[in-house]
Order: sequence, then C-alpha cells, then structure tokens
Amino acid sequence: MKVAANQYPQEAARVLREEPQVRESVTGATLNFDSKRRQAYAEVDAETWRHWAESVKNHVLSNLDRYLLEAEASLQKNGVQVHWAEDADDARRIVADIARAGQVRKVVKAKTMVSEELAINPMLEGMGVEVLETDLGEYIIQLLQQPPSHIVGPAIHLNLAQIRQLFHERFQTPPDASPEHLAAVARQLLREGFLKADMGISGGNFVVAETGTLALIENEGNIRLSTSAPRIHVALVGIEKLLPRFTDLAVFLSLTARAATGQRLGTFVSLIQGPRQPGEPDGPEEVHVVFVDNGRSSVLADPEAWETLRCLRCAACLNACPVYRQTGGHAYGYVYSGPIGAILSPGLLGLEETKPLPYASSLCGACFQACPVRIPIPKLLLTWRNRAVQEGLSPRLEAAAIKGYALAMTQPWAYRLASKALRLLPEKALDNTVVPVIKAWTEGRAGLKPSPKSFRQMWEDGEV
Amino acid sequence: MKVALFITCLADQFFAEAGVAAVRLLRHLGCTVEFPEGQTCCGQPAYNAGYWAEARQVAEHTLGVLERADYVVLPSGSCTTMLRTFYPELFREQPRRFAQAEALSQKTYELAEFIVKVLGVSHLGQGLKGRRIAYHHGCHALRELGIKQEPLTLLRNAGAEIVDWAAAEECCGFGGLFSVKLPEVALSMADRKLSTLPPTSQIDFLTSADGGCMLHLSGRIENRGLGLPVRPLASVLWEAAQ
Repeated sequence: MKVAANQYPQEAARVLREEPQVRESVTGATLNFDSKRRQAYAEVDAETWRHWAESVKNHVLSNLDRYLLEAEASLQKNGVQVHWAEDADDARRIVADIARAGQVRKVVKAKTMVSEELAINPMLEGMGVEVLETDLGEYIIQLLQQPPSHIVGPAIHLNLAQIRQLFHERFQTPPDASPEHLAAVARQLLREGFLKADMGISGGNFVVAETGTLALIENEGNIRLSTSAPRIHVALVGIEKLLPRFTDLAVFLSLTARAATGQRLGTFVSLIQGPRQPGEPDGPEEVHVVFVDNGRSSVLADPEAWETLRCLRCAACLNACPVYRQTGGHAYGYVYSGPIGAILSPGLLGLEETKPLPYASSLCGACFQACPVRIPIPKLLLTWRNRAVQEGLSPRLEAAAIKGYALAMTQPWAYRLASKALRLLPEKALDNTVVPVIKAWTEGRAGLKPSPKSFRQMWEDGEV
Repeated sequence: MKVALFITCLADQFFAEAGVAAVRLLRHLGCTVEFPEGQTCCGQPAYNAGYWAEARQVAEHTLGVLERADYVVLPSGSCTTMLRTFYPELFREQPRRFAQAEALSQKTYELAEFIVKVLGVSHLGQGLKGRRIAYHHGCHALRELGIKQEPLTLLRNAGAEIVDWAAAEECCGFGGLFSVKLPEVALSMADRKLSTLPPTSQIDFLTSADGGCMLHLSGRIENRGLGLPVRPLASVLWEAAQ
C-alpha cells in the first residue's frame, strides 16, 4: 500500500480544519469502545491475564522458528496448504497463483488488515477478479475507495448522515433510512456475493501451532460465510500470530474481544481445522494459509522493537489515545494507525518513510494501560525518536536548539542568564512573534507570561 | 525532616508562587527546606524529543546537585517522573551513574505524594471550605507514578468539592514539544478536555500539579475567553493549610 506517513503533521491539521465531523465521529466511537473495554477488564483479573498473555507471546516470539515449523506440519496434517511470503510481492504472487489455478472470478473478503498492508485488492482487480469486502465497515469504505481508519472499526470516521448519503446515491435508499434499513440493504447485496464467490480471503487472529487451528473472531457472521461458502479459502497471517497450544486460545480469544469491543467473546468465533472432509456437507475444498513476513522478522531481530510483535490488533490503544481521537487513522498515512501504528510502521517500513509517526503522541501512557499484552508503547515511541535523532533525521534547527538547551542547563550561570533574558523580553515578543516555536505556541493560546520574579530570585533575595 | 526542593524550570519561570507556597507548606509541616542552587531543568524536553545524549548531560548535572539531599520534593508530577523513572532508564548501561540515579529515584517525591506518604499528613486544614475545584491529573503522575488519590484527599479533607469531570484523567495535549510540533492536535485535545467540564460558573478554579499542563490549559482557556482561573496545586494546598 502507498505510504504517506511523512505527511502526518500536515494531514492531521488538515483533517481537523476541513473535516471536523471526523473528530466528532471518532471521539464518540472510541470513547464508547474504551469504556466498554474498561468494564470488560473489570470483570476479570485483568492484570494477571495481561501478564500471562505477555509471557506467552514473548515465549512464542523467542521460539518463533520452532513454532512456525510446528504450525506448518500441523496445518499440513489437517490438509491445509501452507505458503511463505517474505514480502508483499511474494504474498501477492502466491494469492494470484492460487486464484489463477482455481479459475477464480469473484472473491469475498473477511476483514483483514494484512491484506491492506499487502495491497491484495488492487492486485486481484488488476487480474480482472471482482473483490467484495463483506465486513459492513469495510464494505462502506470500499464503496468510497478509502483505506480503513481504524483497525477494528474501519469506517469509524464516518457518521450516519454520510453513510445514508452514500447508500442513497448508490442503492437509492431513502435519504433518511434507518441504520437497520441500511444494514438490511447491505446484507442483501453481500448475501449474493457469498453465494457466487469462488474464493474467500481472511486474516487470522491466531494460529495454534500444536493443532494447526486457525482462529477468527468477529461479530457479523461474514467471516464465517467468507471462509466456508466459497470453494477456496485463503488466510493471510502475520508470522507473529502463533500460539503454542490449543488451551492458550481460551484466554486469548476472550482477552482480544474484551480489549477490542468490551465483549466477553466475539459473537462468532471460527476455529478452522482444514478443508472439507469426505462426508462433510460444507466447507471449502481448499484451504491455504499464507504466513507473511513483510518486515516482521527485522522487527523481531531488533533488540528493542521486537515487543511490538506481541500486538493482537485489538485497537485498544487507538481507542484509549487522545491523539488518535482527534483525526482518526487516515492522517497516519499507513494501514496501521494510532499508537501501535506509530511504533509498528517505523519497524516495518523504516524511519525514513515514517519519521513523524513516533512524535504523534503526547506520551500520556493511556495506550500502555489499555494494551492487553503490555506492549510498552510510550517507551518504544521514545526509542524511535532517539533513533531519528541518532540517524540525523530530526530537524537541524531543533538539534541545535537542544544542544544549546543542554549547555544552558548544565551551567547554572547560563540558566540564570536565560531566566533574566526571559524577563527582559518585551511582552509582545512572547505573544506576537515570528520565532517558530513561540509562534506555534501562541497561535490559539494566550501568550506566555513569566512570573515577575523567578522563584530562584525570590529565594536569593530572601523573600521566601 | 530535611527536604531539598527541586523547583523545576517551568515553576521557577512561570509559577514562582508555586515554589513559594511549597516552601511555606513544607516548613508549616515541620520540614527544613533547602534549595540546592545549582539546579536547573530536569532534562525532560531533551529526553522526550529523543535527544538522549543531551538529556544524560542534564541528568548528570542534576544527579550531582541533588546527591546529598535526604528527600527531594517537586511541585510537578512530570518532572518527578523524569527523576524517579526516566533517569534510571537513561543510565541503564552505565553502572555507576545507574546506582546514583536509583538512589535519587528512591528519595524523590511529588509534593502532594510526599505530604501524604512520607509525612503521613492527610489533613492540612480547612482553608478550602466551599471551594469547587476542577482537578487535572497530569499523565506522568497518574500513569507512570500512580499518584491519583493523594492530591484529591488533601483537597477534599480541606473542605473542597472536586467537581465531576468526565475527562479529568485525559491528557490535556501539552506533551512538551508535542504542543508545538502538532499545535492543532494539541489545541483540539485541550478543547475536548475543557468541553467536558461542568459550566465554569460552577467551578472556582482549575488546579494541577504540572506547569506544562497549566501553561497549555490556561493559555487555551484565556484564548477562548472561558474565564476559569488556573492555579498551581502547591498554592492551593498552602491555602488549604491556612
């Protein structure tokens, strides 16, 4: 997918100025998700769950080679065809080959962020294959030709009026149709898609190495249909999504649902154990699992960033993030947005293309508090910032200013001098200035007013 | 009890009254207050912007300045976090400095936390009777240090009413350089936070332990003409003791 992460500051400002309804929609929805998550966490011993989940994922990541081989063997034993994609090109080629071999003309898709990352839809469409997104939110943004704005709620940035308008234009629904009516119209259209499709594409929340089980969580039932109705099912799964044993699933399924939507479990959980067996009435004839690297192994090899790969893609960090809430996901310029996107995108794509993202945070820590697998997001944001500085990617003026700052703060005389200078500045200099940092401050905020005397001066003058 | 006050650069320059109030309050509670004069800034601006080499320089300076203190008290949750949590992080690879940072970490407290936890005082007086206060939790104090009840306890026990504020624990959008690197987002965050306050006519003032948050929030409040005074927590606690 095209990356526009270097435009983050401009895009964030533009969304706030030109699309104020985005802030409204995203704030409302994320606050709702976040409060449901809190309630669902409160029911369980959340801290113990989080620590346990963290340790299981750490164990998997530390032994990933072994578990990937075990998973491959178990999947094959179940009749699943396993493929390995080193990068996006590989993945697209693998999916294209499967589609060609199966003479696929129509594809239905379950929501999968990996397929966005790999730009599967444009590739299939280029082959003349019709692609239908079957998650309602994904379907809406497919109609609008937009990328997802949120990992779990892709159309989170839209309000009801916009969706009414869209359906009115496309499907001639009444301009004031109820949400139920709109959903019913979409349901009708999607039903036809399921029945005609030759291939279903899904992601994978988990793959159990021990049993070769692919686990998928959802609420709409479209994943179950996409993975069982068509002849061929292809699951695109990041290599980090493994769990060791079948018994690990119980807590992980519940933890993910609780973190994502505040549910104890998704409405539908599919545990896929291979293609249709002789005597079984339904299910696909072929099941393929494509394990996708696409930068993940270099994140894994990174002594600091590897913890990012614990991510379950629950989006709890997005829902908790006051920065994400202002603009939604599109401003981040890549498929993964919000706090996790700000540390995952630099890991997958490198800092050159993504350097504003680690700064897209006030470091308030709400993301870490929300994360079900305890990814130290604020710490990793700082790590990426430090790397940007070390690689000379930070603005030169800023680097010079910080060097000056460090010098002044290690020499008390220089600190005093700066303190005196601050008080000699005419009031206007701190209010209506062209100095970049102060200008950015005073646009929208009243000017800075230093205390008439610094505390230090008062102390030295014996006034304290 | 001997206490070294680390005033923090923002309080020193913009909220000098917070420093004065902290000294008076600590003396009132029986402490001997020192002001180690070599102190400057804790180094957080450099640390948060990713300039760790420069942050280490400043931190080394501060470690030296505060080495002989029994207790270090700061009228800021954010700077307390810098000294207590981030200094040891910065020196993880340097055993001698790390030990020094750990020692400082052990004896460093935010003002309200120090009063409640170390001095064991939770009733300062009745000086806030009838006051209706909006309390802004600084993110570092709240989530890095787990300081939540201490300031509220001191305010309530002095007779204040803490107004219900849905977004009391949400970030105000300051975030150091964040507020100038992404000014529109930062202001929008402040607006969202302020929009969840009850009508300002029902609040006497807003208070917080952090200078950065206060500069940001008060700057926005004034700019938007909301007419809500913003006061440093230290000053309000001193009033509580009157």
